[in-house]
Amino acid sequence: MMNDLHAILLTKEFSLTLTCVAYLISQFIYKKTKNFFLFHPVLFSIFLLIMYLKLTGVLFDEAITFDQYNKGGQFISFFLGPAVVALGVPLYLQIEEIKSKSKPILISLVLGCFVGILSGVVLCYFLGGAKEIVFSIAPKSVTTPIAMGISGALGGIPSLTAIIVIMVGIFGGIIGPPMLKAMKIKNPKAMGMAMGACAHAVGTAAIAEEGQEHAAYGGLALGLCGVITAILCPIILHIVWPILSTL
Amino acid sequence: MIKSLAYIFGCLLIGNIIQTFLHISIPGSIIGMLLLTAALHFKVLLLEDVKAFASLLNKNMAFLFVPPGVALINYIDMLQSNLLAILGSCAVSTVLILVVVSLTMSKLDPTPANDE
Repeated sequence: MMNDLHAILLTKEFSLTLTCVAYLISQFIYKKTKNFFLFHPVLFSIFLLIMYLKLTGVLFDEAITFDQYNKGGQFISFFLGPAVVALGVPLYLQIEEIKSKSKPILISLVLGCFVGILSGVVLCYFLGGAKEIVFSIAPKSVTTPIAMGISGALGGIPSLTAIIVIMVGIFGGIIGPPMLKAMKIKNPKAMGMAMGACAHAVGTAAIAEEGQEHAAYGGLALGLCGVITAILCPIILHIVWPILSTL
Repeated sequence: MIKSLAYIFGCLLIGNIIQTFLHISIPGSIIGMLLLTAALHFKVLLLEDVKAFASLLNKNMAFLFVPPGVALINYIDMLQSNLLAILGSCAVSTVLILVVVSLTMSKLDPTPANDE
């Protein structure tokens, strides 16, 4: 009986259904708690699924491992690659806007991405972060699928990057709007871009309620920052990591 | 729908091939994204033809991070021993980006706020 149950839990179909159900439950709780950040659907469904895997260790002789779960789960995460490609559509829709103000937009975003990657990497190293952690943190400010792609290509841990990116988004979304207010920034383009650059889609959503222009420039920043970060990350780490590791 | 599947997987495939041949650390998916943007801009592909699959992916992207997130179960010890480094560097760096981008953009494009 227990053996049969164990065999069912190991099927791809069970992993897939369980993942969907965990996400639906998390979405429901998130809505019910009026979007309380600890119940962010992605974070909370990851938490639920990890608890489930731990629980199987109590019920059976051996816990179900991540690799066993992922035999089904991989069918979902496979779509991360095409999802990044699909981001080309919103980027295309922004091209005219980017062209009309290309200089200020590109200068601000390249500068922002440069400062963001460099400060993240250097601080993480000096606060005692291990190499894999430093490499996983480097692309933390861009949208999750892009950040995971960069992290994987650099030799970081993409799943760690995913969690960090979501936490950065929530953090930026919470502190961003009051900080911009305190800094007396009133230019809607600057506000939107700052939020999109520091906290990707979550940040953009947090500033979107201020106005359409805020939202449009947030979306523009999050797309462009993805590209800029993908180019800058390998270059910066290639130069900075050898210096840091000899200090 | 099948057309849009073909175009998006096609862009990903070409992106991956370019990455492999050039030996660069820019993910093939991002090269594919730029290819799709360029193809739409230069009217090689029409928005109508890629929209179906693209909007399905764009709308439900967050769900796709869940299985990779569960992999954290293998890194819990590592996460605990590096918690300060992760939280500290992320918080400071996020604030720095916010300050740098908002100040630079307001300086370079000093148009008055128009929807106040």
